[in-house]
Amino acid sequence: MSTFESFAAAIANPDLPPPRGLSSVAGANDPLRFAVYRNNVHVSLVSALLKGFPVVAALVGEPFFKAMARAYVAENRPRSPVLLHYGDGFAAFIASFPPAQKLAYLPDVARLEYAWRQAYHAADRPPLTLAHLSGIPSETLPEQSFAPHPAAALIASSSPIGAIWSAHQQTPPAPLDTGAAQSVLVTRPHHEVRLTVLPPHDYAFARALLDGASIGDAAARNEAPEFDPGTALVGLIGAGAFASPETAQ
Amino acid sequence: MAHRYNTLPASAGVGLKPEHYREILADRPALGFFEVHAENYMGAGGPPHRYLEAIAEHYPLSLHGVGLSIGGEGPLDPTHLARLRHLIDTYRPASFSEHLAWSSHGSEYLNDLLPLPYTAESLDRICGHVDTVQSALGVPMLLENPSTYVLFEDSTIDEIEFLAAIAERTGCGLLLDVNNVMVSSVNHGWDPVAYIDRFPVDRVGELHLAGYDETQDSAGARLLIDAHGSAVRPDVFRLFEHTLARTGPRPTLVEWDNDIPDFPTLLNEARLAQQVVDRVADATPKAAE
Amino acid sequence: MNRPLNSLALAASLSAALGAASAAPAVAQDDMVKCYGVSLAGENDCAAGPGTTCAGTSTVDYQGNAWTLVPSGTCETMDLPGDRMGSLEALDRDLPA
Repeated sequence: MSTFESFAAAIANPDLPPPRGLSSVAGANDPLRFAVYRNNVHVSLVSALLKGFPVVAALVGEPFFKAMARAYVAENRPRSPVLLHYGDGFAAFIASFPPAQKLAYLPDVARLEYAWRQAYHAADRPPLTLAHLSGIPSETLPEQSFAPHPAAALIASSSPIGAIWSAHQQTPPAPLDTGAAQSVLVTRPHHEVRLTVLPPHDYAFARALLDGASIGDAAARNEAPEFDPGTALVGLIGAGAFASPETAQ
Repeated sequence: MAHRYNTLPASAGVGLKPEHYREILADRPALGFFEVHAENYMGAGGPPHRYLEAIAEHYPLSLHGVGLSIGGEGPLDPTHLARLRHLIDTYRPASFSEHLAWSSHGSEYLNDLLPLPYTAESLDRICGHVDTVQSALGVPMLLENPSTYVLFEDSTIDEIEFLAAIAERTGCGLLLDVNNVMVSSVNHGWDPVAYIDRFPVDRVGELHLAGYDETQDSAGARLLIDAHGSAVRPDVFRLFEHTLARTGPRPTLVEWDNDIPDFPTLLNEARLAQQVVDRVADATPKAAE
Repeated sequence: MNRPLNSLALAASLSAALGAASAAPAVAQDDMVKCYGVSLAGENDCAAGPGTTCAGTSTVDYQGNAWTLVPSGTCETMDLPGDRMGSLEALDRDLPA
């Protein structure tokens, strides 16, 4: 094993002794000095998750969050020095983390926070406008499909994740205004990330359109009587869900 | 000779933090430059780029990489080099710097600047890496001296000779982190003043200052941690003044990356550093360019 | 109801929706989103999330081998749906210090 390999292995696994070949000014290797590196790596990655998932952290409290994050970091070190994307598997990890099993909403809140962060850093693209929509000949409308905006994401949940997120934008959090299931559309049409709780009867339509279905096919998937394709389409476009075709590559 | 490796002004700058974006744009404080960690601007778009563009219109920019793993065992990541090239082409920073350290091994990124043995073999490898960086990015780079907590039995080359040899062979400049000199010197029983006195100052294109934390090793010896979470310590300021007396005025960055203070506090640290730069410039007018 | 949508019905629905949208005075597109779904307000500046650091830390984050996780956050006091009153189970396994 090379020096680098054993060094990296001992950082990852605290049960391993420090790598051989280290020394200190006093001569012998001091495990406490090597522990500085191990600590730097774990603490910085736990801090990165804490910064990336502030609502999850508020919900469970910092000690619980840090223990959970530490367990995630132990199994999921970054694959890239670009930490903007670190934590992509954290929601799934929370869903499988036994001590968090009873907080059913927690993984979806994590998914929402991750989508928020990705939207914040997503590519700049002008959103599709209503003017563009108005210009599409009505006979071709059912076949029309749209490219999702680079920032757009749709997080479905059986919990009121939008309300939970919203309540935690202040400290202490505001009382929840609903206990109903919510699907949240994440967009960044211009410079600001926006979260929109979709009308429940529009979810399937929005999901299908964002997955690339035509308007006609997407509308056919919505069975709710309240669903109105025009209202939903205008609402989704107004929220910035789709990219302007003028700049499509 | 400070302008051989970059076009930063020989004055004090600070690290750019998202917490301070709006205040900086509103107040436009007098500062020599802003330094950013390259990896934090490797998202495709969004507000960070918009703020950086706006700030770069008013200040010189120093691009400081923390994730290239130049000291690593394997080849440099071409994807990461391409990301850096893209940032350099987009923002045309006045300086690009990276570390004598490693952080990636295999497919894992360890998110710390890890130490390496200084040997003929590692010297060859790192010189190759620096050559690759400079040709891939099309700009000269500065390589920063590390802060370390352990030594390697295999090391056969002294750290200063190692850095000087890299600069000599690759033509790169050096970033002299005065706080790192203090941290490593205390941790390894070196004399920090002697370290500065032996350092190849004609290669130095930028200086760094930061605050360290202090703890103890198993034997009860002082162990300094390069924490960047506080004001610059008085002994580091004194070592900085000694350094400037040798180098002449140089671009000087105050780093504060953890427990980030409000902007006036950070600005005050930069002003304290600027006072030292000014004092040295007055005392050694010939050193000022 | 599962209705195959013909272009006429879609055009009519769309035209009504567009008409409603443009009936609002001086519609900026940004304003329209507020009429659709529930728009959530949140902090946009300084929210870049995790970044890199070239600093170490003296904060030692030590975790013993056998431990109990008890949530101490807002999930306990907020009126959240779910079985939040049940105590969370301890996780008994090794984690890195």
